[in-house]
Amino acid sequence: MLTKFQEQNLTGEKKRIVNDFSLTIATVNGSGSQTSNATILRSIFKMGIPVSGKNILPSNIQGLPTWYTIRVNKEGFVARQEEADILIEMNPATFADDLAKLKSGGVFFYADHIRQPIERDDIFVYPMPVREIVRQVDVPTYLRDYIANMVYVGIVASILGIELDKIHQSLEFHFKGKAKAIAINDEVVKRAAEWAKENLVKQDPFYLEPIDVTKGWILTDGNTAAALGAIYGGVQFVSWYPITPATSLAENLQTYLPKLRKDPDTGKNTFAVVQAEDELSAIGMAIGAGWGGLRAMTSTSGPGLSLMTEYIGLAYYAEVPVVVWDVQRVGPSTGLPTRTAQGDLTFVAFMSHGDIENIILLPGNINECFEFAWQAFDIAEQIQTPVIILSDMDFGMNQWMGKPFEYPNSPMQRGKVLWEEDLEKLDGKWARYLDVDGDGIPYRTVIGNRHPRAAYYTRGTGHDEYAGYSEEPQNWHDLLNRLKKKFEVAKKLLPKPIIETMDSSAIGIISFGSTEPAVQETRQILAKEGLHSDFMRIRAYPFIGVEREFIQNHPINYVVEMNRDGQLHQLLRMEYPELAGKIRSFAYTDGLPLTARQLVDFIHQNEEQ
Amino acid sequence: MQERVDIQAKKSGVNAIGLTKSDYRGSPSTLCQGCGHNSIASQIIAACYELDIHPEEIVKFSGIGCSSKSTTYFLNRSFGFNGLHGRMPSLATGALFADYTLKGIGVSGDGDTASIGMGQFKHILRRNMKLVYIVENNGVYGLTKGQFSATADQGLELKSHGVNPYMPVDIAWEALVGHATFVARSFAGDPKQVKELIKAALSHNGVAVLDIISPCVTFNNVDHATQSYAWGKDHEAALHELSFVPRAEEILIEYDEEEAKEVQLHDGSTILLRKLGRDYDPTDRQAAIRVLEEANSCQCLITGLIYIDTDQPSMVDIYNLTDKPLNRLTERELRPPRGTLEELNHLF
Ligand SMILES: Cc1ncc(C[n+]2csc(CCOP(=O)(O)OP(=O)(O)O)c2C)c(N)n1
Ligand code: SF4
Ligand SMILES: [Mg+2]
Repeated sequence: MLTKFQEQNLTGEKKRIVNDFSLTIATVNGSGSQTSNATILRSIFKMGIPVSGKNILPSNIQGLPTWYTIRVNKEGFVARQEEADILIEMNPATFADDLAKLKSGGVFFYADHIRQPIERDDIFVYPMPVREIVRQVDVPTYLRDYIANMVYVGIVASILGIELDKIHQSLEFHFKGKAKAIAINDEVVKRAAEWAKENLVKQDPFYLEPIDVTKGWILTDGNTAAALGAIYGGVQFVSWYPITPATSLAENLQTYLPKLRKDPDTGKNTFAVVQAEDELSAIGMAIGAGWGGLRAMTSTSGPGLSLMTEYIGLAYYAEVPVVVWDVQRVGPSTGLPTRTAQGDLTFVAFMSHGDIENIILLPGNINECFEFAWQAFDIAEQIQTPVIILSDMDFGMNQWMGKPFEYPNSPMQRGKVLWEEDLEKLDGKWARYLDVDGDGIPYRTVIGNRHPRAAYYTRGTGHDEYAGYSEEPQNWHDLLNRLKKKFEVAKKLLPKPIIETMDSSAIGIISFGSTEPAVQETRQILAKEGLHSDFMRIRAYPFIGVEREFIQNHPINYVVEMNRDGQLHQLLRMEYPELAGKIRSFAYTDGLPLTARQLVDFIHQNEEQ
Repeated sequence: MQERVDIQAKKSGVNAIGLTKSDYRGSPSTLCQGCGHNSIASQIIAACYELDIHPEEIVKFSGIGCSSKSTTYFLNRSFGFNGLHGRMPSLATGALFADYTLKGIGVSGDGDTASIGMGQFKHILRRNMKLVYIVENNGVYGLTKGQFSATADQGLELKSHGVNPYMPVDIAWEALVGHATFVARSFAGDPKQVKELIKAALSHNGVAVLDIISPCVTFNNVDHATQSYAWGKDHEAALHELSFVPRAEEILIEYDEEEAKEVQLHDGSTILLRKLGRDYDPTDRQAAIRVLEEANSCQCLITGLIYIDTDQPSMVDIYNLTDKPLNRLTERELRPPRGTLEELNHLF
């Protein structure tokens, strides 16, 4: 039965919207919808069309509502959008609410065993006989609910035009070639698609058509990218404690390390991964390993990082290299563990007590998650200090497109480490904290060095240049200044900001991390209106100096970030107080990834004033 | 014959690897005169010297406390890391993965282990990380000037802190129920036993917990406190007389087979336990539990090797690591070849 709206649309002039929409799938957490959603996403990606896929998850294992949003955009703008054009409703609990929120002119697919009124006449409606189709397939009863989600894959594929061979390829990816699982899912998808072909009439204007924009690209999440980057960076020791959204970073290390890092002759491991009893221990182990000469890392999120701060402070003073990933989430303790934010920036910059500064890397896409993961070891070992990488839940657990990962383009930089033969050449004359080269970075030895002069004692207390205990005021003073000096060298090693300009730009936009897609879309929207903007994406802290020129070049610079207080804005004002009048904070956070509309609205308001 | 020569050498002040005792020295102690921790440091020096261990093969770890400071007072030629309060075990665990040919000695206090560090203490036990874990147990926080620690006796009265109302933590007991593979208790006033236990611990392939009662002469030297010299001297009951027999010296030691129980350690050396009246078998867990419970009820300090299990793999054994220590691997071994990344890229 057709609604009035549908009838009008069927008879009227048909407009086609191709490769440009947002699709949301509403399901119940733990019902197995992840595979179905990921299959739709990857199939569209394999058709050459730019996509992104984002979870809006409850912090729950089973039973609570969950939404998965896919943005499809032929031009590559794949930031989150507030409203969906197409909704697939599988959850009775959210049925009414989701339906009410659907855009006018939108499309509503729903499982027809959910018997609730549909009283809107401004949308396209497709019922899906999910249970009936599942019943036709020969699967064990316990798998039925799980497989039910594949029904919407088939029906949506048929209506929107997803190619079935791409779905097959995606299933192969997800089930890692397990033939039986692939066959069952394939069959459900096929039956559902056939049913749709025979029983549904295409009414809506949304179409998917193959193009080749994403050819040669990859689709994965930031935690996978980070894990692989660390492996190609030669990570040797990983200690970690489970916490969403950082967990899958360590789990990916556990998956890929055994495949990539066994000695080919002996089959023995060139790495160790330890699940610690808590983050106090995870960081202790990582710092012990870093001190021992290993490329050591841990991964965590805000609550865990809070527990790590004391040891990170000691590592700063004791000059121990270690890499720490902070996959940011919202709030204190449990907060909103499955929501994203950029709220840890100032915390991490000054993390731990006493005079301190920390090196922070700020990846802005999955390629940088990979790249910074290996570069972080080079920086940590060369400067002999902790390096913290700020990712976030959006990167960590959502699907992003990227270019293929690039093999490291420079040899591993292990920093100033002296082994037996080096000490022999020096006649054993060396001192752990002596600034021989004038760059503030001393030489170090590591355990296992059998030279009788190799050993030294590491402590957080006062020490002289020979690592001897000291309460001499001058020694402490000198130590602090030398540590400061090291950071001047660090600045030369840190990734520089990415700057993109337009002709005669009137404004500057500054951001970091996962907000780039929303910023780029904003710039395009503003440019169409005639407002050109330049863009600087900060990729590391401490700042390296070039930020000043960018800020100076614009009468106003909007600093975009997902936190309440404008933390990047705060840091920039601290570093460049004379430019404070030229930067304006756009800090917005609600747990969801930033959208272009939020930013466009803000800039509109400000530009009108 | 070689062994005989070595013994000769020892008499002249040089051990089998040509080092004198001063090669094992540390920096001068800044602890109080008479502090139990000082005498334990001396026994660590003696044990390493007598075992002919290269100081470069030992790595020292500690937490925070007077006890933890003492890793500066022995083995200057060994690397050392004075970490955070209660978090020596994690530090040692990570570091020893760097080079597993080394032996770790961790020194902690009763505050460091039984309060803030209880979690890390328990977890290094269940992992069986190869580490000599010495708790210098004085029943107080020495470094922060005399507060009760968690091992202080219930009812103990100290000058500035009144009466301790709480039950004590028994470190040897915690170690045993926590599946430590080597549990010993000793008394700093019994240097010979301390030394023999340290030697045995250094040869153990796993975690070796030494709960050493180490009186704090400044803050807890009331005669009736379990952790005082006077009490220790009066109440010490050794489970056995103990001698450690390094692998190389085996042939020189004479002992009465009837009288002694021999425990073979993984490196081939042995511990000989001479029975003291009772029939004690330290490989018997039940017996170990009984003996600790007895000590508790009879209010005596039972010392010696309480429990040992030489069959468990150490943590590092489980990880199937390269023969060459991890920290000596180079880029060639650590960075997978280019082709592997291309394959991965195709996957995504
Ligand atoms: C995180 C932290 N909290 C508190 C302290 C202060 N502190 C230093 S030593 C110590 C207690 C040490 O007691 P114990 O381990 O028994 O060593 P002892 O001095 O008795 O040998 C404390 C609480 C600290 N260093 N770090
Ligand atoms: S205060 Fe006690 S524990 Fe500390 S050094 Fe003095 S005697 Fe030893
Ligand atoms: Mg104490």
